[in-house]
Amino acid sequence: MKYLAVITILLVGGLLFYGTPDFPAWGDPQSPASRHVSPYYIEQGYEDTHAPNLVTAVLADYRGYDTMFETAVIFSAGIACLFLLRVYRRKTSQTRLYRHTLTGVTLRIAKGGKLPEGSAEFEQIDSLWVPYDMIIKVCSRLIVPFVQLFALYVVAHGHYSPGGGFQGGVIFGAAIILYAIAHDMRSGFRRLNEKVALLVSAIGVLLFVGTGVLAVLLGGNFLDYSALAGLLHTDAVMARSHGILIVEIGVGLAVMAVMVSLYYILASAGRFDEGL
Amino acid sequence: METLIAQFMTKYNYWAIIGLIMIGLYAMIAKRNLVKKIIGMNIVQTAVILFFVSIGAKQGKTIPIIAYGHGDGGHHAVRAIDYINPLPHVLMLTAIVVSVATLGVALALAVKVHRLYGTLDEDEIAERIKES
Amino acid sequence: MIWPVDLIIMVLVMVCGIGAIMVRDLLGAAILFGAYSFMMCLLQAIMGAVDVAFTEASVGAGVSAVLFVAAVFRTSRRTKD
Repeated sequence: MKYLAVITILLVGGLLFYGTPDFPAWGDPQSPASRHVSPYYIEQGYEDTHAPNLVTAVLADYRGYDTMFETAVIFSAGIACLFLLRVYRRKTSQTRLYRHTLTGVTLRIAKGGKLPEGSAEFEQIDSLWVPYDMIIKVCSRLIVPFVQLFALYVVAHGHYSPGGGFQGGVIFGAAIILYAIAHDMRSGFRRLNEKVALLVSAIGVLLFVGTGVLAVLLGGNFLDYSALAGLLHTDAVMARSHGILIVEIGVGLAVMAVMVSLYYILASAGRFDEGL
Repeated sequence: METLIAQFMTKYNYWAIIGLIMIGLYAMIAKRNLVKKIIGMNIVQTAVILFFVSIGAKQGKTIPIIAYGHGDGGHHAVRAIDYINPLPHVLMLTAIVVSVATLGVALALAVKVHRLYGTLDEDEIAERIKES
Repeated sequence: MIWPVDLIIMVLVMVCGIGAIMVRDLLGAAILFGAYSFMMCLLQAIMGAVDVAFTEASVGAGVSAVLFVAAVFRTSRRTKD
C-alpha cells in the first residue's frame, strides 16, 4: 500500500510541477488575478459601504449570499455531530462519587444507597476528577472575562480592523471551552448547557436570513441592505454599514454556539455527563 | 542555470505548496490510523488555502484596509494598484470555516467507529467487520 | 514579503507537517498539528492576508487542536504506524 501511495504522489506531484512554469510570478502586481474584478472592489468599496476593511465589506455585503450558506454549513455540522454521537442513557451508572466540600472527603455511594441530592455541601464529581488545582483555576478565572471582552471587540470592529463575526465567535467559544477545561465539565454544563447552545446557534442563522427577508419585505432585493435605510433612519450607505454589523453578529452567535457544542459532544462522547 | 535560479526565485512558493499537498495526500492514503488520515486531510485543506492566498499577494503593496483620517471622510483617491487583492481572502475565509466543520464531523465519525469496533486501525476494523 | 523569512518559515511548516504524520503518539501529533497551523498563520500574515491569518490562528491553533485532543482522549492514544 505504501509503494502505491508513493507512486501516486510522485505522479500527481510531477504533473503539478509540470504546470507551474505557466503561472504568473509570485507577487506580480499585474497578474491576471488582480486586474478584472478586484479593482472595482478596492476603489468603490469604501464609498459604497463605508467599511474600510475591504475583506469584511466584500464578505458580508457584496458576497453575502455565500456567507449565509457558510453559516448554514457550520450550523448543520453541529447538528450532524449531535446526531452521530448523542446517547440518552435511561439509567445512570450504579456508583456515584460525591465530595464533601468543606473537608475534601470523597464518598462513593454504591447501588441502593441514598444520594445526597440537593445538599449544598456535597458536590458530584466525575470519575476522572483531579484535585483542586489552585493555579489553573484562579488564572483561568482571571483570563476568561478579558478573552470574552476581546471577542466582543473583534466582532464590533470588523469594519475597521482585521476581524469580524467569525473570528470573534471562535474566540468567544474558546473562552467558554477554557472555562470548561480548567474546572470540570459539569461546571461547564451548568454555565451553558446543550439546549441553550443549539438554540443560540439557530438564532444566529435566523438573524442572518431574517435580515435578508426583511430587505425583501421592505422592497429591495434579498440581502440588499440599502433597503433597510427607512427602518434605521439613515441614508443608504450607512444602512449598508449597519447591515454588515447585524449580519456579523448573527455569524458570531452561530459560530460560538457550534464551537462550544462540538467540544461538548466530542469530549464527553455524546453522553454529556463528564469529560476532559 | 540562470533561468533555473530565476524560475526558483519567482516560483518557489508554488513548489513548496505542492510539496505540502503531496505530504497530506500521502498521509491520507498510506497511514492506517483514522486520526492520522484526518490530520492529512486537514494538511491538504490548509495548503490549498495558502496557495490561493499566495496568488493574491503583491510585492511591496499594503494590506486591503483603507486608511483614512477622521477629518477628510475618506474621499481621497484610492488606486487599486496600491492594495493587495482582497478577493482570495474572502473566499478562503469561507474555506477555513468549512474545513473546521468537516474536521468536527470527521472526528465525531472516528469516535463512533471506535465505540463500535474498539480500534482505530483500518486493517483491524476490516477484519472485525468480516467476522461479525 | 522578505524572502529569507519566508523561506525559513516555509521550511518550518514542512518540518511540522511531516512530524505531525510521522509521530507514533496521537497526542503529540495533535500538538504538532497546532504548531503547523500557527506557522501557516505566520506565512499568511507575511503575504499580507491579515484576516485569513487571524482566522487561521484562532481556528487552527485554537479550536482545531482542542477538538483533536478531545477526540484522542476518548479513543486510544497509541498507534501502530
